[in-house]
Amino acid sequence: MRTPFTVRLIRSTPKSGWLAIAVFAAITLIGVPLAHLALPESNPLHLSAYTVSLLGKILCYMVVAVAMDLIWGYAGILSLGNCLFFALGGYAFGMYLMRQIGRDGSYGADIPDFMVFLDWKELPWYWAGSDSFLWALFLVVALPGVVAFVFGWFAFRSRIKGVYFSIITQALTYAAMLLFFRNETGFGGNNGFTDFKRILGYGITSPEMRVTLFALSAALLIVCLVLGRYLVTSRFGRVLAAIRDAESRVMFIGYNPLHYKLFMWTLSAVLCGLAGALYVPQVGIINPSEMSPANSIEIAVWVAVGGRGTLVGAVLGAGIVNLAKSFFTVTVPEYWPFFLGFLFIAVTLYLPDGVVGLWRRLHARRALAAASDVVAVPQRLREQADSAHDSAAKGATA
Amino acid sequence: MFAMKLLRRMLGVALLLALIGGPARAALDPSLLAGFAGDFQSRMNAIEAIGVAGGDDARRVLDALEAGSLGVLEDKAVIVDGDTVRDAASGEVLTQAVDAVELITVNNRVRRTLANARAALALTSSDRAERLRAAITLGDNPNETLLPVFERALAAETDEEIRGILARAAARINLASPDPLVRLRAVRALGESSDPAVKNLLEGLLQKRDGNWVEPHPEVRTAAKMAIDDIDRRIAIAESVGTVFSGLSLGSILLLAALGLAITYGVMGVINMAHGELLMVGAYATFLVQGLFRSHLPAWLDWYVAAAIPVAFLSAALVGVAMERLVLRHLYGRPLESLLATWGLSLVLIQAARVIFGPQNLELANPSWMSGGVELAAGVVLPYNRIVIIGFAVFVLVLIWLMMQKTRLGMFVRAVTQNRPMAGCVGVPTARVDTLAFAIGSGVAGLGGLALSQIANVGPAMGTGYIVDAFMVVVLGGVGQLAGAVWAALGLGIVSKFLEGWAGAVIAKILVLVFIIVFIQKRPQGIFALKGRFADS
Repeated sequence: MRTPFTVRLIRSTPKSGWLAIAVFAAITLIGVPLAHLALPESNPLHLSAYTVSLLGKILCYMVVAVAMDLIWGYAGILSLGNCLFFALGGYAFGMYLMRQIGRDGSYGADIPDFMVFLDWKELPWYWAGSDSFLWALFLVVALPGVVAFVFGWFAFRSRIKGVYFSIITQALTYAAMLLFFRNETGFGGNNGFTDFKRILGYGITSPEMRVTLFALSAALLIVCLVLGRYLVTSRFGRVLAAIRDAESRVMFIGYNPLHYKLFMWTLSAVLCGLAGALYVPQVGIINPSEMSPANSIEIAVWVAVGGRGTLVGAVLGAGIVNLAKSFFTVTVPEYWPFFLGFLFIAVTLYLPDGVVGLWRRLHARRALAAASDVVAVPQRLREQADSAHDSAAKGATA
Repeated sequence: MFAMKLLRRMLGVALLLALIGGPARAALDPSLLAGFAGDFQSRMNAIEAIGVAGGDDARRVLDALEAGSLGVLEDKAVIVDGDTVRDAASGEVLTQAVDAVELITVNNRVRRTLANARAALALTSSDRAERLRAAITLGDNPNETLLPVFERALAAETDEEIRGILARAAARINLASPDPLVRLRAVRALGESSDPAVKNLLEGLLQKRDGNWVEPHPEVRTAAKMAIDDIDRRIAIAESVGTVFSGLSLGSILLLAALGLAITYGVMGVINMAHGELLMVGAYATFLVQGLFRSHLPAWLDWYVAAAIPVAFLSAALVGVAMERLVLRHLYGRPLESLLATWGLSLVLIQAARVIFGPQNLELANPSWMSGGVELAAGVVLPYNRIVIIGFAVFVLVLIWLMMQKTRLGMFVRAVTQNRPMAGCVGVPTARVDTLAFAIGSGVAGLGGLALSQIANVGPAMGTGYIVDAFMVVVLGGVGQLAGAVWAALGLGIVSKFLEGWAGAVIAKILVLVFIIVFIQKRPQGIFALKGRFADS
């Protein structure tokens, strides 16, 4: 008898993983809200509104990093379009947020301020239904999903891969950015959406709303991790890894790589869209520069820094790089591009498996040293230590 | 009123005959000046008549009028010259006192009439630019008193451009003629224009006002219709030529960017995301050379572009070699990671340029021999700098072709592109070929930057937009094929310019991208399933 899905889902994450998730959930779902809402500002453990928003933003980035890792680390497809899906999700939810402003905008009109500015009298057709929260949620999932599905269908069907796929997705993102920069496109042009007031009638700047959004981001991250873990350990994930390592052979055996790649690619896009939708109300603005090609590549670097092909690595990488970014852009903004640039180079040259790979290698070496007296063990351990590196290198070439 | 106009025209013609037949320095006909003694309107007529008459004396009288020293004394026009009073027509000194002269006040209407009269005078100038200016001034607002001026100027004018303006202006006046034959001839003359304003004028004839045709004669209307078609066709041709030209110019920049990328991508299998920044390096090198020339060799400033060619090439090549030796060499066989690393390099290069040269855009001055352009039709100009750039791209292309086809290094590069292990087996020093190919590819990008600096601003982020376009060219044209790159670059350039004219720049970009994706659907094996190590495991 086939094991029930829930059991398989729970079993896919090891005990240590569930423990880590429990600790993470305790901190983000209980600890942070309490520290922000219940503790007085004088308390050293109190978290300011700025910190909660910053952490919430980074949680959204972590979700994007996990989505990127699923498609790059496990399917070997370096997508430079993830920030497009992130922004699409953000814009889809941003439309709802703009409608929630109601008549509180500076012109007091029924339509968003930027439309008044353009001298538009009514909402364009594609804004229909944007005042409905449920429709917004549907769009957040459907818009990136459909775009990714259609684009991926054509791209994977003609077996575009490797650097070609990367560049084509980058071109797609770039074209979309140009499109959204136009005022006539109807999404606020250069300035995008901002000045949000409320969600479902509740004020967007209230502390309660802030921790709710934060907790939702954390919950989304947990769902992503568990779901991702389930996917990559399932039969589906193993076929995907096989496609990454030797696509032609997988085809000869009788699998059609199109379906596997397309599913993962679309899922990755949807996760990015969800992250974008949670990101926008926390940051308070969405504009086309979110889609700039540089952003997509930065996502890849988060994953590379943390360790490709490990979900925990993606989360760590997004955290490390973004904390460093917050630090640098506040203290020495002009050196941030240098730091980021050298980080790109250093990670690819010296840390092909990222922080997680480094930790594993050190761990393996220590085990190796401890076990060096035992004749039978070292060979197997050495292989273990090397295999991670090899498979990553193969994945990159495929 | 009509009689007066006729009289004036007859006067003008008579004077014209007098000018042609008479001595070179004939005194101004006193009857022309008699009008100054009359009322305001007759003074205006006199000013016009003097302009129509032309000649040095006419100029002298108009100068005096403008200076406010023309006056009337006993029904005679006189010029006050310090303490003396001269007869305006002959210039001889009169005995009367200055106080007795009634000076003519120059108000705005006088000034306007004066300007037209002066322009009519300037039509006979020996300076081409002055005649052109005058013809444009008069052609903008022709009135029938000027007809003889135009006709006289047309008879003497040899410059095609000025002739065209004058002929059109004359034809416009003739359109108001009561004689249908004159109007017909005028319409036919206007049909030779390619000016949208003339087209509007002719379209005006084909309208009905109060139930009547503006142009009563049916034959003239038919001619006007044909003339409009002619003008439309000519405008359309000129515009297409202009679009093709700007497409070629965009294509040649794309080609310079893509040639280098085609070499480095072909040999190393690595997309150098910092390739656009090599353009930037070349552009800044050009900027530095210009600065050096300005401070040390100002006499040769016009030729700094020529001196910048080797500098731009070498500086970009050096940066390229450093990139290859320090980074790319160590990422062999990991193209996706190379892509990330080179992106990092591009970030570093952009920020370095920002720190060294500042974040603002620098504008390089075109050398004087590259400024200006050829005007095809109203509003369609082919600038010389773009023509030079197209020529430069051809020059670089020929050099690269010679290098790839006729030299030993070129043979090695082609060998490594086709099959690296096999090339290594037969003794090609693949590592050195990598470095040299990268140097050449980067150097060509530097040359692209030099070309770009002549038509666009130089700034730290100037190259970022080009990497994707250049890669599209490489993809469309096929890797390792120069001819493919040429067709793809020119094709993309021209197609996107036509789309831009039709749908705007952003939509054009999106359409080109869609086209490329569709193209890949149709010809995946020709372009995507490559030979060699990209044919998958």
